[in-house]
Amino acid sequence: MTKAPLRLLATGVVVALAVAACGGGGSKASAPGVTATTVTIGSHQPLTGVAAPGYSEIAPASNAYFKYINANGGINGRTINYTYLDDGYNPANTVTVVHKLVEQDKVFAIFNGLGTPTHQAVVSYLNQQKVPDLFVASGCLCWNQTTTDPETFGWQPDYTVEGKILGQYIAKNFPGKKVGIFAQNDDFGTNGIKGLEDEIPASSVVSTQRYDPTNIKITPQVQALQQSGAEIVVSFSVPAFTALLKLTSVALKFNPQLVVSNVGSDPITLSGLISSFSKGKAPGQALIQGIISDTYLAPPSDASNSWIQLFKKIHDKYIPKLPFDGNVEYGMAAAYTFAQALKAAGKNPTRASIVAAVEKGGFSGPGLVPFAFSSSSHSGYTGVQIAKIQGLVGVPVGTPLVTDDTPKGAITPYTTAEPAAPSNGIPSD
Amino acid sequence: MKLPAVLTRSTALRNLAITVVAGLVLFGLTEVFSEYRNTQLANAGINFCAIAGLTVLTGLSGQISLGNGAFMFIGAYTVALLLKHHPSTSNPELVLIVVAAVVVAAIVGGFVGTAAARLRGPYLAGVTLALALGVPVLPDYQHLEGPLGGHAGLIVNAPGPPGGTLDLERWQAWICCLAALVTFFVLANLRSSRVGRSFTAVRDDEIAASLAGMSVPRIQILAFVVSAGSAGLAGAMLAIIDGQIGPQSFPLQISLFLLAGAVFGGLGSMAGAAYGAVLITFLGGWSTDLSNALSLPSKVDLNLPPAFYGLVLIVSMLLFPFGLQGLVRRGWHRVRTRTRPVEVAAR
Repeated sequence: MTKAPLRLLATGVVVALAVAACGGGGSKASAPGVTATTVTIGSHQPLTGVAAPGYSEIAPASNAYFKYINANGGINGRTINYTYLDDGYNPANTVTVVHKLVEQDKVFAIFNGLGTPTHQAVVSYLNQQKVPDLFVASGCLCWNQTTTDPETFGWQPDYTVEGKILGQYIAKNFPGKKVGIFAQNDDFGTNGIKGLEDEIPASSVVSTQRYDPTNIKITPQVQALQQSGAEIVVSFSVPAFTALLKLTSVALKFNPQLVVSNVGSDPITLSGLISSFSKGKAPGQALIQGIISDTYLAPPSDASNSWIQLFKKIHDKYIPKLPFDGNVEYGMAAAYTFAQALKAAGKNPTRASIVAAVEKGGFSGPGLVPFAFSSSSHSGYTGVQIAKIQGLVGVPVGTPLVTDDTPKGAITPYTTAEPAAPSNGIPSD
Repeated sequence: MKLPAVLTRSTALRNLAITVVAGLVLFGLTEVFSEYRNTQLANAGINFCAIAGLTVLTGLSGQISLGNGAFMFIGAYTVALLLKHHPSTSNPELVLIVVAAVVVAAIVGGFVGTAAARLRGPYLAGVTLALALGVPVLPDYQHLEGPLGGHAGLIVNAPGPPGGTLDLERWQAWICCLAALVTFFVLANLRSSRVGRSFTAVRDDEIAASLAGMSVPRIQILAFVVSAGSAGLAGAMLAIIDGQIGPQSFPLQISLFLLAGAVFGGLGSMAGAAYGAVLITFLGGWSTDLSNALSLPSKVDLNLPPAFYGLVLIVSMLLFPFGLQGLVRRGWHRVRTRTRPVEVAAR
């Protein structure tokens, strides 16, 4: 070590400390990300990678809805800036992009962060930092932890609720049939299986196979399902893996009745994926006919539904290149709920006031079933309606059903009709 | 300004002085930095630990490793598993957990080093490359899926900043910089000690070194242990900062980036490790910004960072083959010869 570098270092210290003395101690704004005219929110989304097919439409759809709101005066006079960053469905990237959103972009809240393993990576960070973590795009039970994660709220029905309703349908309509399970090997799959096994007798489950979303070779799992003699296969999978399951089954001449969780069953996405994975050799639409699934939103093809009319209008104006499918509807519906929450958070929203507003609940918007939001529950939609794929539509069957995620919680029909969309398409008070 | 005689005589004291001064500078920086800059500083600290270890291995003992990401994985998973089974850990206890992670990584490094000491050049690179590829996918292995959390990885619930008022980011920058300073102090002293000189002796001529009475394999293994321990520390800190780790936190690229950082900064030099750490902390973000600015398709975007590293390596090899620190040293030497030729000649 020579003298001059040491002198340089010493100068550096003095300067750094001097600046620190002057710059420190500034107080934080009461609500980061909120100005007189804007509210900035952020999200992590799989714009690339294995979960991107289908899901990559969700954030652009939410953004289209926000643009529509902004063009019509915003919420309480503020426009919504929505920054969504790609995490490639990789939890390691999720950590990086969410830190960037919170610390550099100073977002007011994280909205609709997508994925179970990805969002799990940032939940404790967001709660530690007291950043509202609204309407996670995943049905993991883990978003409903009001004591440890008070800032986090789910949105879609949780996978256990879904598993229970799918399980009850199977038990009633296919009594005595052998059931195989194909599920993602994280809490998405685990929560779904939990609900399913509440309703299906353990003796009829002949095989449970898990897949890793980073490994697209699922032939061993499908072979195991085939050898177990499963007549029904219930799949808790993202769309790419539902498509792979179908294609691999076809290749093995294995043709069980498929029952697919909502998140992996959008018909337009699946049909396109099957065609593109098989390089056009397999008929996407033909192969998905008769798949049983469930929904909590009206089918995108239902032109008589006021929400579909609203979303279609926004779609055609802002994102005409995307297919008008379940993902786009999902993105806009979630954005609508956010707009409701922001409206309810008051004229000068703070992080605490928006959390309080969601806990107060009472949001009525698109959805065949109500939300569970309260101070003791951070779960979203409380149920689903069974749907069967016909053509490129999941056609609802029977009535919407609601339940909770406990084994004993009864499954009951929900008969209140879906409220109509407001005429201007923007939530009022 | 003349250096106190005690500093010119004792390397340990001089290194301590540098550590303290650097610590003060870093502390000053955390005070003025924004939250996001502090997160980046924390990451730079983590990268420094890993690169400093690698630069000792490759620059001093002459062994190459393309697999230090695997040791980071071991350090990170050790912390994650210990915290999982001891959920309410206090910050002092966290220090013990980090030490345990370093020890575990160092022990594994010892085993790998034993094999590595028998291998040279491309074969050694091959073995360490296999390590970088094989170790991080262990959680996907059927029988380890339960304890290691599979592809979704493990949540790391580290104790937060003490008291309620300190920013999380500033706290994280502090602990990561502390880890980096400890690494610097230990490795800088090691470098100028008998052990460090034996590393260089083995690197320069194994036969001469063994004729001089050194056990070449033992020295090579020791270098591996040191480098693995540093990488283990980096992994441990990464786990604490990120709050979540999984196989995807340790892709092959991380090992290659570390090597690129060490080469760019200047192999064997601690200052070089610091330059390399800063470079690899920022390069990823720069390449994302660039691809966003040019709105490149995602397939190009994803391959941009590795391409950037390649470019940086090529440019640095062409312009300053001894790394940035080599360049700094040369420039400094030129200035000194011009102003005080006598003193330089005396050295």
